[in-house]
Amino acid sequence: MIASLGRILILASLLAAAAGAILGFAAGRTRSADGLKWARRFAYLYSALIVGAALIMVYALLIHDFSVSYVAQVGSRSVPTWVTVVSLWSSLEGSILFWGMVMGLYIAAATFLTRGRYAEYQPDAIGVWLACAAFFSFLIAGPANPFHTVPNPPLDGPGPNPLLQNHILMAIHPPFLYLGYVGFVIPFGFACAALLKGRLGHNVLKPLRESLMLPWIFQSVAIMLGGWWAYEVLGWGGYWAWDPVENASLLPWLTATAALHSIMVVERRGILKGWTITLIQATFLLVILGTFMTRSGVFNSVHSFTQSAIGPTILGFLAAALLFTIALLAFRIDKLESEGRIEGAGSREAMFLLNNLIFVLLTFTVLIGTVFPLVVEAVKGKQMSVGRPYFDSMTVPLGALLLFLLGVGPALPWGRATKEQIKKALIPPVAGAVVFAALGYVLGVRAPWTLLTLAFGGYAAYVTLAQMFVPMFQRMKSGESLGTALIDGQLRRGRRRFASYIVHAAAVLAIIAIAVSSSNRQQLELHFTKGQTQQAGGYDVTFLGVEQRQEPHRLSTVGVFNVMQGGKQVARLEPNMNQYQMMREPIGTPDVHTTALRDFYISLSNVDARAETASITVFIAPMVVWIWLAVIAMAVGALFGLIPAMRRGVIPSAARDPLPGAAETA
Amino acid sequence: MTESDKVRRKTRLFMLGAFVVAGIAFTVIAASGISENLVYYWTPSDLQANGQKAYGANIRLGGMVAKGSIKKLGGSAVEFIVHDGKTRVPVKTSTVPPQMFRENIGVVVEGTMVPGGYFQSSRLMVSHNNEYKAPEKGHPVDRKELERMMKSVEQGNS
Repeated sequence: MIASLGRILILASLLAAAAGAILGFAAGRTRSADGLKWARRFAYLYSALIVGAALIMVYALLIHDFSVSYVAQVGSRSVPTWVTVVSLWSSLEGSILFWGMVMGLYIAAATFLTRGRYAEYQPDAIGVWLACAAFFSFLIAGPANPFHTVPNPPLDGPGPNPLLQNHILMAIHPPFLYLGYVGFVIPFGFACAALLKGRLGHNVLKPLRESLMLPWIFQSVAIMLGGWWAYEVLGWGGYWAWDPVENASLLPWLTATAALHSIMVVERRGILKGWTITLIQATFLLVILGTFMTRSGVFNSVHSFTQSAIGPTILGFLAAALLFTIALLAFRIDKLESEGRIEGAGSREAMFLLNNLIFVLLTFTVLIGTVFPLVVEAVKGKQMSVGRPYFDSMTVPLGALLLFLLGVGPALPWGRATKEQIKKALIPPVAGAVVFAALGYVLGVRAPWTLLTLAFGGYAAYVTLAQMFVPMFQRMKSGESLGTALIDGQLRRGRRRFASYIVHAAAVLAIIAIAVSSSNRQQLELHFTKGQTQQAGGYDVTFLGVEQRQEPHRLSTVGVFNVMQGGKQVARLEPNMNQYQMMREPIGTPDVHTTALRDFYISLSNVDARAETASITVFIAPMVVWIWLAVIAMAVGALFGLIPAMRRGVIPSAARDPLPGAAETA
Repeated sequence: MTESDKVRRKTRLFMLGAFVVAGIAFTVIAASGISENLVYYWTPSDLQANGQKAYGANIRLGGMVAKGSIKKLGGSAVEFIVHDGKTRVPVKTSTVPPQMFRENIGVVVEGTMVPGGYFQSSRLMVSHNNEYKAPEKGHPVDRKELERMMKSVEQGNS
């Protein structure tokens, strides 16, 4: 019953999306107002149908209706309710249904928020969104159908992958990732619409930028949550392994970050239009590539499931989207008229261009390293992977260079600058570089790349803080009170500018924390018998014994450790081994004691409940928590910048910097 | 064509040239980076077939732990034999074996062949594959199965 209803909703959503896409493109050609109205109605209808289908699946999971094939596959009566809800995206078919639901929400919201405006671009944008939506509805209706009817329903099911039941972060990370990934379809639609019209007007930059920023925020948090989850659950003491699945989430983030920067150059100077459009389109294509890599079984990991017809279908869609994009770019990119040009190597726009090039190089580095093994396997049938040193040795210098530009770029003025101005802007921040590097050295940092990162970070921090607060001090000097200067100048009129520097400051912190935590990490292996105490990097670790805990869905074998430092109790850590029903092997979960300065991390490699012995791996890493906090700060800062400005349509700092075009005439 | 147009065209040509050179340099660096850091997914038979190439290469070796081959060497070091029904490879590891490590279980070891004729492993992972069955005596392990296992034990899931 539920299965049939689900199938009907999916088929209806496919029809609604296809009809809406055709109407949208037709209205784009004929400029018919009625056509646009109907395209919008179909967009809402599609959203309602696909969201309805996903909610019906959640309902089927909650009432344990094992006659629905997906419920029979991942449902279980013995798991907690939150795991049951999370099961929606714990396996292949459900995850694509969830993808469809997020797409429905995005398309409805974007259609609603841009209604009555951007009449030039909206019909084609809706056409592109619904064309993509139609593909995913087709995928759910056919190759990835979760709504098959099971003729003889079982009484109970196996439950989702135990690794996904092990931590509450698994309930949070996937929704954020989908809200990031899927959301990039919206700016993709605007970008394609701009090319179809052959014009990227100033008025469409706002929805383009904002629709790119929102999924970027979700994606940033999702990548961090994925790393945090790996750190808290997998037990190898790290958070990033250059696993293909991790790379799949990073690739579109890199191009989106580049586009968010280049779009500012379009706003300010009317240049880099075609380049920005290309970056936005590449972002969505990388999303489709990432979906293919994680959903087709070409890479096996926590995220991928079995081989299926879904892989080739997504690959077909990727090929079609790629061809469409290339054709569109080839025929239309010349129409996007440039309104100026880059004034000189010492200008801010030149730094933006350099920043973009580095982001693109990073994208290529990661893309090549990820896709190369796939190509070799497809061509020669040999299996291999690209090892971590490749990614580290390539991305560390590029990342350091990016951090350097993060300092230099905002210090330089827009347009043409004199040598004197450049000198005045670039020399004082060196103080910040010296302070950070010296501080790091005193605290024990010796790795050259990390010291360099600290120096660049200090430089960037100086520039960022100066950009954040100098305007405020100037206002105070001219007689304004601290309150007015802060609230009116920074938080209201200068909101976007202020927000972007919050993001920059947080990015500096994140990069420093990543560099320091990975280069100053200690790793020890220890073996214990009950009651024994051993030294581990300045800590005294005592093994108190083994406890066994029976929970409804698993049996936990817990090693209990007491951690002391200088005779003082620091933490009681309980890394454990969990034996799930229906699984042969137990799965370990580490335990971490987090402080502002460093993390103390115990992973259980071996525990014997009878003999009360345990072998553990201890990781001691500084500053890890600041990675998570910095990314959250980046997201909050970016969100803050999205709040509509009090004075619509005014670029915050336009009064101080030369207006677009002013430099050419000067 | 005005003088400034000429200058502009020259600058554009120069920039294009710089991009091409930088692009080639990047490709060369990336390609050599990849070729130096390849990790081969081999069965014991692949390892034998590759002969000298196995010494010093980064290898992910997948197979079964042979019956009666596990020897503790003191500390956390362990010595055992990995086989695929046809070829046997002696393995030494200094890392703590994971909880489920035992005879007749699918394992993946990462490391390289060292002089002395054994495989020095820096990481030992046990397969989580529930469907995996130990091979019958004399019958080689299904190659496809092994490859799937080598891919499925990912970073840290040991």
